[in-house]
Amino acid sequence: MFEQIKHNMETIAGVEIFPVLSLLIFFSFFVGLAIWVFSYRKEKIEEMSQIPLND
Amino acid sequence: MEMQQFYYDNKIVKKFIYATIVFGVVGMLVGLILAIMFLFPNITDGVSWLSFGRLRPLHTNAVIFAFVGNAMFAGTYYSLQRLLKARMFSDFLSNLNFWGWQLIIVAAAVSLPLGYSTSKEYAELEWPIDIAIALIWVAFGINMIGTILKRRERHLYVAIWFYIATFVTVAVLHIFNSLELPISAMKSYSVYAGVQDALVQWWYGHNAVAFFLTTPFLGLMYYFVPKVANRPVYSYRLSIVHFWSLIFLYIWAGPHHLLYTALPTWAQNLGVVFSIMLIAPSWGGMINGLLTLRGVWDKVREEPVLKFFVVAITGYGMATFEGPMLSLKNVNAIAHFTDWIIAHVHVGALAWNGFMSFGIIYWLIPRMAKTTLFSTKLANFHFWIGTLGIILYTLPMYVAGFTQASMWKQFNPDGTLTYGNFLETVTQIMPMYWMRAIGGTLYLTGMLVLVYNIIQTVRAGESIEDELAEAPELQTISAGRVKGEKFHPWLERKPIQLTILATVAILIGGIIQIVPTIMVKSNIPTITSVKPYTPLELQGRDLYIREGCVSCHSQMVRPFRSEVERYGPQGKAGEFVYDHPFLWGSKRTGPDLLRVGGKYNDNWHFNHFWSPQSISAGSIMPGYKWLFDNKAMDVSMTENKMKAMQTLGVPYTDEQIANGQKDLRTQALKIEESLKSDPDFVKSYDDSKKKAEARGEKFVPMNEREIVALIAYIQRLGTDIKVKK
Repeated sequence: MFEQIKHNMETIAGVEIFPVLSLLIFFSFFVGLAIWVFSYRKEKIEEMSQIPLND
Repeated sequence: MEMQQFYYDNKIVKKFIYATIVFGVVGMLVGLILAIMFLFPNITDGVSWLSFGRLRPLHTNAVIFAFVGNAMFAGTYYSLQRLLKARMFSDFLSNLNFWGWQLIIVAAAVSLPLGYSTSKEYAELEWPIDIAIALIWVAFGINMIGTILKRRERHLYVAIWFYIATFVTVAVLHIFNSLELPISAMKSYSVYAGVQDALVQWWYGHNAVAFFLTTPFLGLMYYFVPKVANRPVYSYRLSIVHFWSLIFLYIWAGPHHLLYTALPTWAQNLGVVFSIMLIAPSWGGMINGLLTLRGVWDKVREEPVLKFFVVAITGYGMATFEGPMLSLKNVNAIAHFTDWIIAHVHVGALAWNGFMSFGIIYWLIPRMAKTTLFSTKLANFHFWIGTLGIILYTLPMYVAGFTQASMWKQFNPDGTLTYGNFLETVTQIMPMYWMRAIGGTLYLTGMLVLVYNIIQTVRAGESIEDELAEAPELQTISAGRVKGEKFHPWLERKPIQLTILATVAILIGGIIQIVPTIMVKSNIPTITSVKPYTPLELQGRDLYIREGCVSCHSQMVRPFRSEVERYGPQGKAGEFVYDHPFLWGSKRTGPDLLRVGGKYNDNWHFNHFWSPQSISAGSIMPGYKWLFDNKAMDVSMTENKMKAMQTLGVPYTDEQIANGQKDLRTQALKIEESLKSDPDFVKSYDDSKKKAEARGEKFVPMNEREIVALIAYIQRLGTDIKVKK
């Protein structure tokens, strides 16, 4: 399966940088997201989740 | 803090709900008519505007944009005001949004049956309507963002993030996929051709599902499920992860609609990888929705609204598990082009969108009319008959899909196809089409029960008026507090930043996939023997588009032994470079037509278009008798069409364009001559000539009628790279 994918990629100039770049983009995106979400204070989270019930 | 008084605009919500109900009935009814046409293909014989190919886009557009669209606006307008503690930014924009949207729907309901179609799925509407959609959509966006800016609630609840992403992404998708070159008031050609058109179309098509049918409804889920269950969402943290990962991943998945086609393999594989990853956020969202009901499952027993929600969210979970599975190339090889896909989309539409909408309607109407639902019993009945309808619709379609795929791929020991005649694979699944029609009938019955229940509720209640509310004005935060703040409050208090970040998240995937395919020439190898269509073939191709042939016939042979054996060599990217728009199709109710040119003679097609059943007994293709009418086909646009194609890069010479009409006539006369080789044709042709004379009508010779152009196009298909024996 990966042979099949590799073959199509070989024709692109400078393709070696793509996997590294992709990994970096994704790693930083999801790690950043995780840090953001888990650094919330619990009270803040609760306050926000109550918004729909407060009208 | 001083309390400010203001009114929530309930009237606009009411209008959108009524429109949802009306167009829900219409959209489902058209769907049922289409299901019946599988059983009685000639039930609207001779009536062009009631033919299958023209009604099919009407059904999909009515359900997606009219039914689900109006439900989305209703739910958004209701929840947005309450989540922000503010009336909508502008009553004018609210009403412009409402009336503009309904006008677009009416324009679609008129133009699609008349055959004005671009043929690109879920983007069939012609260019003037496309422009109207863009304007009204922007009005909705301005109204929403304006409301956010004058809000009285500091934090933007997660539902609003989903609404913002919906607005931004649908705008981007709609504009890029609708780039077309007009040649007249109601006709245009896509600026992209072949493979590129396919990629842009399915980048759009897939994300129409993502950002029109999914993200707004997830926003509604995050508001209405906690509201009805009267408890906060299971995990607000999960909802944040859900939002960002969903919009970041979804936009890449489009190419899974084009697996095994002539699309470059790297793009196909990229689509597969992201589709698989999508399970995670989708199921995160589903779990978050369902677990919101933890501890209150007893309420589900009594409250029909929650029943609808539970089945809706379950349907979302099923469809979003199935979607990634269908994106696996080996599964897609079976499912693509079959009724399995029809089952898949109806789990999404009937369960997720339909049941979510029903739940919201049953909850909002009594609340706004300050009364109780007329009959909970009837609502429960709707729930059960609707659920049964979904099951009876989808299960037979799964069976039909597997049956089709297995029969298409079945070989005899001697290497020939077991079911070489495509028709055998159709007649085999007729019982499934019957059951599907019954399932659809049950679902529509439930919808009619809703109509009755809502009318009675509204009659018993007070007239729906704007609702008084009060909340303190939002205090500006002092500079000292802003200085030390972290990223979160900065982001979720700032709608503009949030909108920009969401836009960036959705643009990354789009750019990486689309730009190389459009810019890099080597991605589309050209084939020297592939030539532009003749003027008559171009005319015929436009008829093929007008009649919606693409609804049932693909033009893409995949590289499987079974398909090459049945249809001929696989489709190659270079074959489609002059196809504005591409016509690969997504469903094979009938056989693929990529290489049908020259397979049968002109008379075969002539008779077959008149009455398919006279050639193939048991065929479920309808006749196209209006193409034979004693009426000259409109060829006045020929030069304009060729010029437009020239502008788009099709290598017509100026001489060819100048001779367009003449060449068209020469080829048409040739086809008329070849038709005359059949004595039966000559006899009936002479008869009709005499009849016309007897009636005193002007007789239009066959070469001037539409059918000849369509035959010319069909006979051209696939012949450019045919190996001469």
